Amino acid sequence: MTATAAAASKERNSKLLSLFTLGAMPSKAMRGGLQLASLLLPLLLWTAIASLGLVDEKFLPSPQAVFRSLAAMAESGILFQDIVASTGRVFGGFVLATLLAVPIGICMGVYPAICALCEPLIAMLRYMPAAAFIPLLIIYLGIGEEPKIALIFIGTVYFNILMVMDAVKFVPKELIETTLTLGGKSRQLLVQVVARYSLPSIIDTLRINIATSWNLVVVAELVAAEVGLGKRIQLAQRFFRTDQIFAELIVLGLIGFAIDMGFRLLLRLSCKWAV
Amino acid sequence: MGRLTMELIVNNLCKRFGDKTILDGLTFSMKSGDFRAIVGSSGSGKSTILRLIAGLDQPSSGTISVDGSPLRGPGPDRGMVFQKYSLYPWLNAAENVGFGMRLQRMKPAEIKERTAYFLEVVGLSDAATKLPRELSGGMQQRVAIARALATNPSILLLDEPFGALDLQIRESMQDFLLKLWQRTGLTVLLITHDVEEALVLAQQVHVMASNPGRIIRSFDVELDKTDLDQLRLSNAFLTKRRSLSTTMRELEPALC
Repeated sequence: MTATAAAASKERNSKLLSLFTLGAMPSKAMRGGLQLASLLLPLLLWTAIASLGLVDEKFLPSPQAVFRSLAAMAESGILFQDIVASTGRVFGGFVLATLLAVPIGICMGVYPAICALCEPLIAMLRYMPAAAFIPLLIIYLGIGEEPKIALIFIGTVYFNILMVMDAVKFVPKELIETTLTLGGKSRQLLVQVVARYSLPSIIDTLRINIATSWNLVVVAELVAAEVGLGKRIQLAQRFFRTDQIFAELIVLGLIGFAIDMGFRLLLRLSCKWAV
Repeated sequence: MGRLTMELIVNNLCKRFGDKTILDGLTFSMKSGDFRAIVGSSGSGKSTILRLIAGLDQPSSGTISVDGSPLRGPGPDRGMVFQKYSLYPWLNAAENVGFGMRLQRMKPAEIKERTAYFLEVVGLSDAATKLPRELSGGMQQRVAIARALATNPSILLLDEPFGALDLQIRESMQDFLLKLWQRTGLTVLLITHDVEEALVLAQQVHVMASNPGRIIRSFDVELDKTDLDQLRLSNAFLTKRRSLSTTMRELEPALC
């Protein structure tokens, strides 16, 4: 190897190594490339395994087969119906959980007495697996939409409350006291200062916790449902349609990803001061 | 600006947390137009005095009265400025100044007019639409002062307002505050650990000792404050400053 080639290779090595320096920020193009690779590499691997016939296609359908199955479901309208049913349940349960959790969390964060009254109970309820409530919910609410929405509600409300409470505790004391010396009443303080200051953290909390409701909706649909992405997966299993299962899983992932991006966008639009 | 007459009377004020006495028997009074400073080292309970007058804490015993009536909780008649972290980060400078007036439900037209006026008073008309994070530390404190003044308080309570600023900025902020006081006839109670700041700004100074916090010396400053740069170099000022620093050091023998 010539001296220049050796030097060039050494430089390349150090460039690669510098990507793994703590806190080092690679260029925008580099990051974009890495992010693309994060999705493309597994897809390539999957295509390779499928086309080489390394695994029986009953167990690992090819990307093409999955895509065909996706297209067929989309064309027949089943996919749309499933998406509407599942996202409707997720949003129904999660919106209820949010409406309850935000005010309670804020009050627990601000008033130590309310915190002392509620926290032990919530801390315990949080550790009861939501799925364990399914039999009770069916006894109480039947097998319609209500138990599914209730399951998602139960699975997210306690986490939402505790995380909102934590967010509220980060409001600087000076900000609260300044508001009082400016003549702010309790209500004004809670709504215009505490909630407003915590809004970015609250949005982030919701973004993280909606993933849980996305998990639970599939569980709920496995138990009793006519339509829904989770239900479709269960049906596909009965007919050994792994291509459909893969297609539904990808749709689940894509919708979850879109919801995540939606929350990030909401944060950026509503709290420019914090991002 | 400010109410025409006001009298603040602090009588035998005590504050205890558990069995620790923070303040022991504080007595002083102020009237409209006074500029008073309380100096003490950290732990002397000097910030507690301000919190009690602001109504953020309750005294264990003793009384504080404004114009003869005892205090009941915090209110916009006593404007407070903290050392830092007190601007609403989601509001721009003008909205911060207007926030107290909005809490009071003043008319929007009046809020707009007063906001513009007080931004001009603190020299920040050009920064009206900037968010706090886009402002320097000194500018942030001027916004906080404008916000406190905008609700028309009869006294301005300043808790080490320039303590977090660099020395040079601090001196220019002191000049700013003194001019503001001279021009408007505000009533100001300033808490500081900075001997020089107290002498430069205040007409009267109370010196506090720790454990328990109490006033051990009070005096009139009596310095010519037409030019602060000259004042800071004058013999009269330096002598007073040295004597006050010595007093402060003697109060804290353990720290030297």
